[in-house]
Amino acid sequence: MQPTNRSRRILQPVKLWFVYLSLCFALVLDLVPTGRLPGVPDWLALVLAFWCVREPLRVGMGTGFLFGLLVDVGHGAAMGQHALAYVLLAYGANALSRRVLWFPPAEQALHILPLLLFTQVLMVLVRLVAGAEFPGWWYFVGTFTGTLLWVPLHFLLLLPQYRPADRDDNRPI
Amino acid sequence: MRLMVFVAIALTMLVADLKFRYLEVMRQSLSVILYPVEMAAATPADLVRNASTYFATLAKVQKENAALRDERLRVGERLVQFEQMSRENTELRGLLGMAQRLEAHSVAAQVLYAARDPFSRKVILDRGASHGVGAGQAVVDATGVIGQVSRVYPIQSEVTLLTDKDQAIPVTVARNGLRGAVFGAGRGQLELRFLPANADVQPGDELLTSGLDGLYLPGLPVARVVRVERDSQAFARILCVPAGGVESSMRVLVLSRAEPLPPMPDPADALPIAPSGKTRDAKSATGDTASSEAKASE
Repeated sequence: MQPTNRSRRILQPVKLWFVYLSLCFALVLDLVPTGRLPGVPDWLALVLAFWCVREPLRVGMGTGFLFGLLVDVGHGAAMGQHALAYVLLAYGANALSRRVLWFPPAEQALHILPLLLFTQVLMVLVRLVAGAEFPGWWYFVGTFTGTLLWVPLHFLLLLPQYRPADRDDNRPI
Repeated sequence: MRLMVFVAIALTMLVADLKFRYLEVMRQSLSVILYPVEMAAATPADLVRNASTYFATLAKVQKENAALRDERLRVGERLVQFEQMSRENTELRGLLGMAQRLEAHSVAAQVLYAARDPFSRKVILDRGASHGVGAGQAVVDATGVIGQVSRVYPIQSEVTLLTDKDQAIPVTVARNGLRGAVFGAGRGQLELRFLPANADVQPGDELLTSGLDGLYLPGLPVARVVRVERDSQAFARILCVPAGGVESSMRVLVLSRAEPLPPMPDPADALPIAPSGKTRDAKSATGDTASSEAKASE
């Protein structure tokens, strides 16, 4: 597989343990108590969307559901709130996968922005219907910082696959 | 197809959790698995907090120390008075043959951080079930009630603040003993609801816990009335600000009654058409709770 479908470079196949390791690391980042600091992205949604776009056959709604439940417990949110949002996010990202991979990373981010925004709007709707307080507009800022992080994330999460097939002892990585 | 299945499961869980609170067992067991992850995640926040206290200037600490000494003197004087009065109170109550005041059981705790759920106002304390914290207990700071323990984990607990939307606490107006209930109104404000438009409440009135719910100790400061609007409907719209530092205090006490209240009477037993034996039981039962409530509110 290539970094994007237009690229000539062939990547190593993805290792499944690395996918789950990165998801768990995103979960830890999500549980960092940042209080009411505005603009903190939903790391797990971002990484989940990334792998759903890259590997639609391996990462999908089941993974989204499982990690969504863990976030629900960790945040003390309503059970199923993040699970519902991540299932729909994974579905959307899987469906977008064939199209998005033709674009360079910066333009991929523009495709991901509405998806992330949709998950947040969905969570707000679910909680407002249940009678919670509107969290304020800064709540949505996290989506935009997350979108900005797509390009560095694209580079970082593909790093293990950039390694050459034949191991060369003179190369540092 | 799989999407429909997952969405259906998630929606069912949402309804089960938000409407009926069925999923607490599942939440507790998942939280045990998540606990090491949460500890790992809390480390950077701890580092930042410790670093900020480390770099606090000496002058600031000295000033704070002086302020604390002043306050200790002032409080010490009140403590002497208080001890004298409490002795006197015990004697007087003994003379009148009344029950002694309720004993409070308290656990000192520190606020670790605000919970990350942006839809509610909750904080996490560093004390949990293993330290004797239980769900439903009142959380107070030096100036008043700030909230109520809503979930207990083994060594942490989650406190729902008074300003959380629709969080309720039964109160009395200190000036005239009028009873009511204060609800979180959102945006950091409180509202004293369901009082008639002609109720005797004025801006500046202090609101204290009434203790009628059997959870809070009576007489803790809750809020101060700031605005009363009597124009609109049958109920007055009474806005209050919390007495305690609800959004700001870091060191708190978790208070509970040292001994639980007698059990509530079964409402089914109190029906006048019940068989005669049952009615007598019900009468004595309601009489007991009424008197204990009276004691509690004294």
